[in-house]
Amino acid sequence: MMEQVFFYIFSIIAVISAISVISARSAVRSAFYLIITLMQVAAIFILLRSPFLAAVQVFIYVGAVMVLFLFAVMVLDIGREKLVAYMHHQSVIAVPAVIVFFIMGAYMIIRGGWNVSNAGFPEAALAKSSEVIGKEMFGRYLFPFEVVSLVLLIALIGAVALVLRGREKDKQC
Amino acid sequence: MIDLNLVIEVLIIIFKVVFVTMVLFSLPMPLTWIERKVAGHMQARLGPWRVGPHGLLQPLADTIKLLLKEDIVPENADKFLFKLAPIISMVPAFAVFVAIPVGDSFKIPFIEKTFTLYISDMNVGILYVLAIGGLSIYGIILGGWASNSKYSLLGGLRSAAQMISYEVALSFAAIGVVMMTNSLSLVDMVRAQDGGFWHWNILYLPVGPVWFAVFFIAALAEINRVPFDLPEDEGTLAAGYHTEYSGMRFSFFMLTEYVAMVTASALAVVMFFGGWNAPIDFRTIEILTPITSVSWIYSCFGLFWFTVKVSFFIYLFMWIRFTLPRYRYDQLMTVGWKILIPICLGAILVTGFMRI
Repeated sequence: MMEQVFFYIFSIIAVISAISVISARSAVRSAFYLIITLMQVAAIFILLRSPFLAAVQVFIYVGAVMVLFLFAVMVLDIGREKLVAYMHHQSVIAVPAVIVFFIMGAYMIIRGGWNVSNAGFPEAALAKSSEVIGKEMFGRYLFPFEVVSLVLLIALIGAVALVLRGREKDKQC
Repeated sequence: MIDLNLVIEVLIIIFKVVFVTMVLFSLPMPLTWIERKVAGHMQARLGPWRVGPHGLLQPLADTIKLLLKEDIVPENADKFLFKLAPIISMVPAFAVFVAIPVGDSFKIPFIEKTFTLYISDMNVGILYVLAIGGLSIYGIILGGWASNSKYSLLGGLRSAAQMISYEVALSFAAIGVVMMTNSLSLVDMVRAQDGGFWHWNILYLPVGPVWFAVFFIAALAEINRVPFDLPEDEGTLAAGYHTEYSGMRFSFFMLTEYVAMVTASALAVVMFFGGWNAPIDFRTIEILTPITSVSWIYSCFGLFWFTVKVSFFIYLFMWIRFTLPRYRYDQLMTVGWKILIPICLGAILVTGFMRI
């Protein structure tokens, strides 16, 4: 009962601030509302008995990613008008994609296919969720984990390479 | 029917939360006085002297001054964020203390209830502290941006860059401690360092001192103290991110800074210096057994040692502030990325081999 009340509080705030992210006038405000949304998601993770995920959510998304976001936004100082100039008709593809995604999500929720309660773990084991996650991640799911880390590494190297290439072009000019 | 036990439990939690908040709110007052006195004596001055004996009432006078000052909001500021920023900065600094253990649990005499000297023993304690502690930075970034002043903005930007650079090293130090103690919970961390100072993580040779050095440098940078206080570099940025703030809102930022200093000291003690454990385990000395076997007396000892250790670290932070000059910005980045992180990676390897 209490849990449901809290769930509705968190999710309503999350949805409202998520809408504010796209409707806010300045980019910094948007980032601020996005922080609130991510915090609410972390709170919902706690309701789902996963304090580890909640802490990681706050630590990585709110603590690191959003600081970088704000840093970039403040340095670039992109107003709404300038941002429009960077959009090259992506919305034509984006709108159908979002609609399809929503329909798929709604279908899955209504069908209840994601209703895997506790994933086969007893409540007591889930209380020590960090241990459970660690053992699963480095045991059964080691291969996907390594693949993901490799993909991230490639993205990282790619970003550095792009910056270096840009610099060489500057030198040639 | 209301369960009486549950009511007592809830009352105890509320009492602890209120008590910790009160202590943290009032702590900056003596701390500002001590900091000024330390500064004064280090620079062969007297420090505060006029208000009260030895200037003891100076913090009180400052508080009254800050309360009565006019609260100025710049005309072109983002008013909503400008007003919110000091609170965003302050709340996480207080929230961190939910997880920090100041002493072991003990039985309250007569009513036979266990009273823990920490509010919550989460099994993700260290992650919680680092995650929530990191949120204070938003007050600085958003406050700097919302002020609509170039000095504030630059202060906020520097703060963001510094925070990202040193959070990596700080998290690595936490990983090191987690590897040494096999737990993410701060209470378990302290319990693992039980029994004399040679069990403390700082003496987990050879990696303990390395981790502590990394942690200490990163913590100094995270809480914006000298030599890493570039966000408020008065030589180039006026007062940095809080240039436009005055009165109460300014004092919120100051409050945050002092509470962050206490947090960093407490974390250093919990992670590396045995938390509430005494340097020598008094329970093994037989003459003292009648005293130390009573759990609440032993807890008082624990509280005493914790306070002593934290006070030492607070003094150390002040000592460093008035001894070292400020780093240049490129030096700050070099230390963070090119020195601390390679050291961390090496130390993780060594710690890993030691734990096999």
